[in-house]
Amino acid sequence: MSKDDQILEEFTSKEYEHGWSVDFEADEAPLGINEDIVRFISTKKEEPEWLLEWRLKAYRRWTEMTEPTWPNVKYPAINYQGIRYYSAPKQKKNPKNLSEVDPELLKTFERLGISLQEQKRLTGVAVDAVIDSVSVATTFKETLSELGIIFCSFSEAVKEHPDLVKKYLGSVVPYNDNYFAALNSAVFSDGSFCYIPKGVRCPMELSTYFRINAANTGQFERTLIVAEEASYVSYLEGCTAPQRDENQLHAAVVEIFAAKDAEVKYSTVQNWYPGDRNGKGGIYNFVTKRGICDGDNSKISWTQVETGSAVTWKYPSCILKGDNSSGEFYSVAVTNNHQQADTGTKMIHIGKNTRSRIVSKGISAGKSQNSYRGQVHILKRAENARNFSQCDSLLMGDQCGAHTFPYIDVENNSAQVEHEATTSKIGEDQIFYCQQRGIDEESAVALIVNGFAKEVMNKLPMEFAVEAQKLLALTLEGSVG
Amino acid sequence: MLEIKNLHASVEGKEILKGINLTINPGEVHAIMGPNGSGKSTLASVLAGREEFEVTEGSVTYKGIDLLELAPEERAREGVFLAFQYPVEIPGVTTTNFLKTAVNQVRESRGEKPLDAVSFLKLMKEKMKLVDINQSLLSRSLNEGFSGGEKKRNEIFQMAMLEPALSILDETDSGLDIDALKIVADGVNTLKTKETATIVVTHYQRLLNYIVPDFVHVLLNGRIVKSGTKALALELEDKGYDWIKEETAAV
Ligand SMILES: Nc1ncnc2c1ncn2[C@@H]1O[C@H](COP(=O)(O)OP(=O)(O)O)[C@@H](O)[C@H]1O
Ligand SMILES: [Mg+2]
Repeated sequence: MSKDDQILEEFTSKEYEHGWSVDFEADEAPLGINEDIVRFISTKKEEPEWLLEWRLKAYRRWTEMTEPTWPNVKYPAINYQGIRYYSAPKQKKNPKNLSEVDPELLKTFERLGISLQEQKRLTGVAVDAVIDSVSVATTFKETLSELGIIFCSFSEAVKEHPDLVKKYLGSVVPYNDNYFAALNSAVFSDGSFCYIPKGVRCPMELSTYFRINAANTGQFERTLIVAEEASYVSYLEGCTAPQRDENQLHAAVVEIFAAKDAEVKYSTVQNWYPGDRNGKGGIYNFVTKRGICDGDNSKISWTQVETGSAVTWKYPSCILKGDNSSGEFYSVAVTNNHQQADTGTKMIHIGKNTRSRIVSKGISAGKSQNSYRGQVHILKRAENARNFSQCDSLLMGDQCGAHTFPYIDVENNSAQVEHEATTSKIGEDQIFYCQQRGIDEESAVALIVNGFAKEVMNKLPMEFAVEAQKLLALTLEGSVG
Repeated sequence: MLEIKNLHASVEGKEILKGINLTINPGEVHAIMGPNGSGKSTLASVLAGREEFEVTEGSVTYKGIDLLELAPEERAREGVFLAFQYPVEIPGVTTTNFLKTAVNQVRESRGEKPLDAVSFLKLMKEKMKLVDINQSLLSRSLNEGFSGGEKKRNEIFQMAMLEPALSILDETDSGLDIDALKIVADGVNTLKTKETATIVVTHYQRLLNYIVPDFVHVLLNGRIVKSGTKALALELEDKGYDWIKEETAAV
């Protein structure tokens, strides 16, 4: 066990000593999954009957499905009976001061340039909110509710706004959509719910930080965003996880619904634990994200910076149903050491004059494998559809791999589809040029990589851009020389 | 300031520099001339610390320290600057951003505080005048899509920003028209002080009309075969390199 893990272990086990294990155990489901576990979760969450039925349908469907094997990733078989599907929060026991917090975490945050206050908030989340997969505290709730905006945890939404949840849950990603979406539908523990009423521009960025903390626990959160006619919202999602020797499963679902003239921007900075240098441990990140541009002139934009996880399987997609609707996907995926990423998007053009734009930047270092997988499907009805795709790969060293799998399906002759792809190696001459000006090698790599990813980084909200830039540099640390 | 003794260097097992001796004092300008492939850029690269060149023999002392022991960025921070013959493109990184990183890392190594955005901009404005470069060029990706002349001018702009003690200009004149040549030479002359030294690598004596050298050395096949004053440069222009080749062959 590494020193960092030891400190972490000590820290967590110390909490166990402090006398609240009785309550805690009562709030934990036994390992494994079956119909009783699904019922257990639903009961714990005091859910209405219809939701339990929906979960059970999902569970039954899931048992008939098989894990997908088409992604370009390899990992040992997951033992679904070895995972704990529900674990309630440890009773409030915040670290009294910063010296009680895992120093490795502190160091990471320091290097990310997150202020001390921010550090306290984030590590606070890690300790009292994450073990249970419960959504982070929601701030500015009142300001938002004056505008009719609902922003709360998924559990709260089920209780307070059951009609909205019932109407939209599974409307974009059905419970039987794919293996991991079905699993999520059966056992999801919490997540965020966001509703923007007609004509309202959400005045601030809404954000959620996710953290996996407990060992052996899967994380299955669910996010649902509904943007009514002519509304606008920008949503941020960030995630981190502590270092653990075993792999942990994260199977989330995000659904976005955009009505006529609505616009939703969804940004993610994903920094789940990627495993150690030798590929031990790390998060399996199998996520389904999809948005529907349901109304005319609506717009959904995905921006993602993927630096973490041992294995990533993720394709934020847009269904462009409304006429003149548009979808965007901007992605930077960085893999180092033994990380594997298979990520991309799907743009399904149904309405007339629909537009989509895909900009994917893959950066691979170490022994990692980085794949872009994208589908552009122009249906018969989609008169005058346009797509532009740009996929660039940057390689560092000669033991990593970059792969591009574009699928283009055009059923309407008026469509214009453009696909460009480049692969380049980070040049020794580029690094030397920087060094000759006094810039050390690591900063040189960070500079070059951030330059490569600039078009995507520019799409991130300010609050995230700096953090994301530093993350890129951190992920690639030690990957040259 | 710089003392090169019996310097041998190879690349991929092939010896390129075959015993260079050269001493440069503060305040001096040395021109190094020689035909293509004679090893001029190799010498510049070895001084700047490029790893693919292996020093097999000899020593380089700079300000009393063993230069060959230092990493490239440490040499730069000690004041060694190389204006590249072929400046490198870095997509997505503006010259401004690049230089800000460079200037602040150099300052940090000297125990100075980093420049804030305002002071940095002020410094830029001041140095931009020196080489008549405009802001829009500096806001574009470094060297990407720059003309040959713009790249060279940008190199001298970077030199102005970093204020090195020893500048090595590797064929900075190639690709420049006469007006640009004058501007670049003026910039180099303005930056020159009694404490700084300059090595001008060139093919043509044209540049030396504007940056007047104290010494001229002819590099041939990895060795300095002849040294002299500016008159030697004129003679080379007149007669080419063949007579020197013959002269050295005869020895
Ligand atoms: N990276 C390299 N690999 C192999 N040979 C090289 C390399 N760089 C330079 N050379 C060789 O070294 C010799 C000197 O090159 P160079 O120093 O560029 O000459 P100059 O600048 O005087 O024209 C040439 O024969 C050139 O082909
Ligand atoms: Mg040369």
